Amino acid sequence: MSATLVANVVISGLLTGLVYGLMALGLSVIFGVVRVVNFAHGEMMTVAMYAAVLLFGAFRLDPILAALPVAVLFFAVGYALQAGLINPFITRPEHSQFILLVAVATILSNVTLMAFGPDAHSVQTDYQLDSWALGQIIVDKARVFAALSALATTAGLFAFFRFSRIGTAIRACADNHLGARIVGLNVKHLYALTFGLGAACVAVAGCMMTLLVEVSPSLGPSYTLLGFVIVIVGGLGSMPGALLGGVLIGVSEALAGLFIDPSAKSMISFALLIVVLLFRPQGLLGSRT
Amino acid sequence: MKARLLMAALAAVLIALPWMAGNYVLSVATLALYFAFTGQAWNVMMGFAGQLSLGHSLYVGLGAYAAAALFTKFGIGPWAGIWLAMALCVAAGAAIGLLAFRFGISGVYFALLTIAFAEFTRIGFDHIGWLGGPGGLFLKVEQRTSIDLADLRGTPAMFYYVMLAFTAGAFALCAWLLRSRAGYYWQAIREDEDAARALGINTFRWKLLAVAISAAMTSFAGVFFAFYYNNLFPEQIFHISQSIEIILGPIVGGVGSLFGPILGAALLTALADSLNNMVSAMGWDIPGVKQVFYGVILLLVVMFLPNGIWPPLAKRLGLERKA
Amino acid sequence: MALLEVRSVSKSFRGLRAVTRASFEVPEGGLTALIGPNGAGKTTIFNMAAGVYAPDAGEIVFAGRRIDRLRPDQVCAAGVGRTFQVVKPFAGLSVLDNVIVGALRAERHVPQARRVALGILEKLDLLAKKDLPASSLTLPDRKRLEVARALATGPRLLLLDEVMAGLRPTECDQMVEVFRALNRGGLTILLIEHVMRAVMALARQVVVLHHGEVIAQGAPQEVVRHPAVLECYLGEETEL
Repeated sequence: MSATLVANVVISGLLTGLVYGLMALGLSVIFGVVRVVNFAHGEMMTVAMYAAVLLFGAFRLDPILAALPVAVLFFAVGYALQAGLINPFITRPEHSQFILLVAVATILSNVTLMAFGPDAHSVQTDYQLDSWALGQIIVDKARVFAALSALATTAGLFAFFRFSRIGTAIRACADNHLGARIVGLNVKHLYALTFGLGAACVAVAGCMMTLLVEVSPSLGPSYTLLGFVIVIVGGLGSMPGALLGGVLIGVSEALAGLFIDPSAKSMISFALLIVVLLFRPQGLLGSRT
Repeated sequence: MKARLLMAALAAVLIALPWMAGNYVLSVATLALYFAFTGQAWNVMMGFAGQLSLGHSLYVGLGAYAAAALFTKFGIGPWAGIWLAMALCVAAGAAIGLLAFRFGISGVYFALLTIAFAEFTRIGFDHIGWLGGPGGLFLKVEQRTSIDLADLRGTPAMFYYVMLAFTAGAFALCAWLLRSRAGYYWQAIREDEDAARALGINTFRWKLLAVAISAAMTSFAGVFFAFYYNNLFPEQIFHISQSIEIILGPIVGGVGSLFGPILGAALLTALADSLNNMVSAMGWDIPGVKQVFYGVILLLVVMFLPNGIWPPLAKRLGLERKA
Repeated sequence: MALLEVRSVSKSFRGLRAVTRASFEVPEGGLTALIGPNGAGKTTIFNMAAGVYAPDAGEIVFAGRRIDRLRPDQVCAAGVGRTFQVVKPFAGLSVLDNVIVGALRAERHVPQARRVALGILEKLDLLAKKDLPASSLTLPDRKRLEVARALATGPRLLLLDEVMAGLRPTECDQMVEVFRALNRGGLTILLIEHVMRAVMALARQVVVLHHGEVIAQGAPQEVVRHPAVLECYLGEETEL
């Protein structure tokens, strides 16, 4: 087991982790603000992946470029979903909210099953199999592009939340729901916006993901769980935390695949989740409310 | 009085079913009872003590594998195997409960913890070669004409009655628990844990008890599963979709009530089955159609019947009383 | 003989001193009021006595036994009942069931607990409403329910946290009568109150807290004339 091999695996995991981080960011934003467990998150990711595959198949549109229209579409659908379906459920008990989103997830994953069949699909861009060599280290081009796009989107989102008025309003909502309403913020609209943004993140992450893996209808639940592991490990309500969590999970999964067993990858993630939930539930970068 | 008459009528129908219906209907009824039973077991944790578990497949799987392993490796029958199954499940439940409650984990975080444990176990069992690994563990399927109750080998009718007995037992147990000191204390904890503590309730101990009882009950379902289906795959039995199926009955029927889980399970099983038939009859044999219908109906129920189907139904039937 | 002794108790929250070396006693069969401006530390002392937090320093002794590091349920088992400032009924349960939960502390079996609960509901004039869901009660009735539930645990000492808040004068007077009767029956009561009407009518001893410190204690008539108390409530006299 050479150092080069380990280094390659770590870098690969890191790059993949950035895409995971973007997906988790969407979840963190939704969970952190609207406080709803989006159990359909993984399914949304899967649908985004299919969208990218579809656009590639029909127009040979590179997933990185496809990310923009898909994100816009997902934003609109996410907004509608929150405004129309989920908003009335904010005050309901958790198990009701949960079932609502499980129902949505079931519908999404089975509609994709109906539309695309159970077999895997993928994109094959020109640069899919290319790589760069930096001395002994070999990095896949596709992975680098995906990671950079994810990073760019994340930075954009950070800036939005930090510097724009709406972003600040959303953060206020997350902090104090009642207070936000008292100062006149239209909380329902802001929640819907937030869900739309979260969905858009997932859309971009999904498009990026098609450069790295194949898509099949059953991927949903594992991405949902992965998203939650990352969000909790990284820290709820912390955007850098989602990114850090993503990278951490990406690297640990890659290393686990190398040293133990490819199928044991998720075991590490779950073990990490359990440990974090017990000893530091606010995650690495989160704050205790 | 009305309630007793209805229950007696229901009991009569259930007992007489094998004479009235063929094997197919019997298998659907057995499935409905299976989910009524597991839903009732889950309800003890959620409806009574207010702890949302999304990882109940852990107990089904552990129970199933324990009994199946004892049977296939050591020739020990299910009625003895069930003790190991219960012990394992109680230990697992207690471990989860202890960790979670000691560290003050509740709500969504608790639910995620239960999922994590179930998933961890699922992948873990994939790596236990001695129990078949991902390829599965198999019980020898014998001729289903003679009845061997000791080893749970027999006709569909036998399995139906076993499941019926389990479900009736669960119902009786839950009815008794609900009216006991435990029932009052659990409901108090569910409603307001701080207020409960101020009234002298050791909430940690009582929550742990709910988890342990729920886990122990679910282990029975696991044992049944092993001997009914005769094959166990970690990917299937520990999968999160199993956990979700378990909770659908009580949530659709009505969490916290006694009849809710039973009604919900019966309705959902009947629905799934009729959807299957309808879809095949219409020639829409595209995989996924049935699930989409299922999802839509679930959506509608949860949107318009927030407390489940049983409370408004009970009101209609004039059966209004505590659970 | 002092039933409850608060001995030089202090508590800080993240650097903010909530209570500083507070000491006072409540005699057995006594009726003591804890008063003081908002933020004086009254509820903090209650919460320490009830086991919600442990004091940073000092002790709390109940019937000769230290209770300051016990859990809330252990404190209740020792004989201390409490109500909450913002009432916490078990909304999904009936009024009777709420009180039965309390009664089950002392009576293991539900039928006996039920009997005890019914008796207490009668004492607090809630018997007619016993089968109503707790969520449907008005505020004064919720306060009575809160008291009934705590009473059902069979305490020797009852901690009442601002029970009169939000009640009209007639309702307040009714509650005062209930507490007087309970006290005559042997129950020791320590109450936090802002409503002076109730304090003056009920209390045989008043303890005044200000900025976490006990600034005066004694019979009500003396305490309200105490210069330190007047200063903290009314401010210093200024020369015009």
